[in-house]
Amino acid sequence: MAAFGTGAGRPLSGRGGSPGFRFTLYALLSVIAMYLDQRAHYLEQVRYVLQAAAYPLQLAVNSPPAAWRWLQESMQTREALEAENTRLHAHARDLELRAMRYEALARENGELRGLREALPPVADRWLPAEIVNVQLSSLRQRLLLNRGAVNGVFKGQAVLDDKGLIGQTTHVGPWSAEVILITDAEHAVPVLVARTGLRTIAVGAGDTTSLALPYLPGNADIKSGDLLVSSGLGGVFPEGYPVARVTEVHRDAVQPLAQVRAAPLAHVDTDSEVMLVWFRPGHPAAPAPAAETGGDLGHGNPALQPQTTAPKSHAAPQAAPAPPPPPQSEPSQPLPTQATAAIKATPAQPASAAASAAPAPAPPAPASVQAAPGVPATGAALPGQEQP
Amino acid sequence: MSPESRARLLLSTLVALLLTVLPLPPLLDVVRPAFLVLAVLYWSVNAPRTGGLAIGFFAGLMLDVFQGPVLGEHALALSLVTYIAVREHQRIRSKPVIQQALIVFAALIVYEVVLFMIDGWTGHPVTSPLRWVHTVTGALIWPPAAAILSYGAGHRV
Repeated sequence: MAAFGTGAGRPLSGRGGSPGFRFTLYALLSVIAMYLDQRAHYLEQVRYVLQAAAYPLQLAVNSPPAAWRWLQESMQTREALEAENTRLHAHARDLELRAMRYEALARENGELRGLREALPPVADRWLPAEIVNVQLSSLRQRLLLNRGAVNGVFKGQAVLDDKGLIGQTTHVGPWSAEVILITDAEHAVPVLVARTGLRTIAVGAGDTTSLALPYLPGNADIKSGDLLVSSGLGGVFPEGYPVARVTEVHRDAVQPLAQVRAAPLAHVDTDSEVMLVWFRPGHPAAPAPAAETGGDLGHGNPALQPQTTAPKSHAAPQAAPAPPPPPQSEPSQPLPTQATAAIKATPAQPASAAASAAPAPAPPAPASVQAAPGVPATGAALPGQEQP
Repeated sequence: MSPESRARLLLSTLVALLLTVLPLPPLLDVVRPAFLVLAVLYWSVNAPRTGGLAIGFFAGLMLDVFQGPVLGEHALALSLVTYIAVREHQRIRSKPVIQQALIVFAALIVYEVVLFMIDGWTGHPVTSPLRWVHTVTGALIWPPAAAILSYGAGHRV
């Protein structure tokens, strides 16, 4: 091959040298690119430009499925649309009722924590993004979204749908962002079992329907049907968002570790839209910065203790990613504040020093004292509103 | 090489890239041949002067942007395969199409081995045997693919 190759290569060396020389050049270039990309992430800028160049192609690839969806939508009958409209109205009403209750619960929770103020929702703002391209092979589980750096998307941002966690962004272009799913074999989410507060790590298994929990000892308290929520460690996902439900637990007397499988709650294969979420940085439930998690693992931040938050995590997740809560929470919070701020001054506790030192969210503090009678009131009003 | 055959080369490479990144259900995705590699191989053998290494390298780089864990991985693998094809283009071109398919099979194996090794070195090991399936389907689809690519090229490029 080599002896023949030299003869065949000669007539081709018209411009840019012989194929052998050019191959060496390109191979060297590839190796350097790989080294820079892998070791030092020097190529973020290059990737940014290349991703921008690739985006039109990806849109073109997505256009047949998108056209088919559009056709299906425009062919829907009037009855189907009306039925859907009624269903959505009912759903919106339910969510709003739940959000009212959520306000009360948040206040109550704040009181229980002795914070003298209800915390604002951990999700600061969110942006719906359309899925432009999907790769769901066993080797790679990625999405491409139609939002990028222009919209403020950053690398390592949490992506959710209305049921639970989907993944996080890995590469961000100007108009597009690549998302690695929690089911990708290279992805791991720090989770805790909502029932027991047991912390562990859920690793992707390479298909959209299962996650593996490989680090649980054989005697761990976990059973089929347990809800897994994000634990807030790891620096990407905030605490308390639903991730998956345990589907099977195998305990083998010979194996030191239990073999546990869980099904993710998010429906990646049927979603066409997902949410990119920004979190309030100072919030106790916000993801702990990655650098600090090492220390946190040992003793744990009191604000991150699972016992206090486990009940809340059931109610909050459904309401939090859905649009209704914050528009309601913003106008509704100042009202109780004005009314109760004066009364609030008297039972000021030693903790007030710490609370007043707390930054921005201090003014809209709905007072804990006044909130307590308010909770049953709102709670009681709920069924009453539902009846008529 | 005439301008229109140059356009054919670029167009077919673009179409092959689109076919490679087109979202497919997982079952079809496993058996999807590496269309881009096949197109680049075809042009390396049949138009080594115009096709050749530059096309191989940049097509690989695009593939890296779409689906590579590391920038340069597919670029290196595709450059290597292209280099072999360009060196041996006279031998490969003179073979009947069935033997060409076997050579393509070997080339796809080389391509996948390079990807496999780089995946391992960069810490993204995927040891599933499913990743080798496309080498077989790629070899099977070579005769019709070559026929389509040569269609209408009455003159020798």
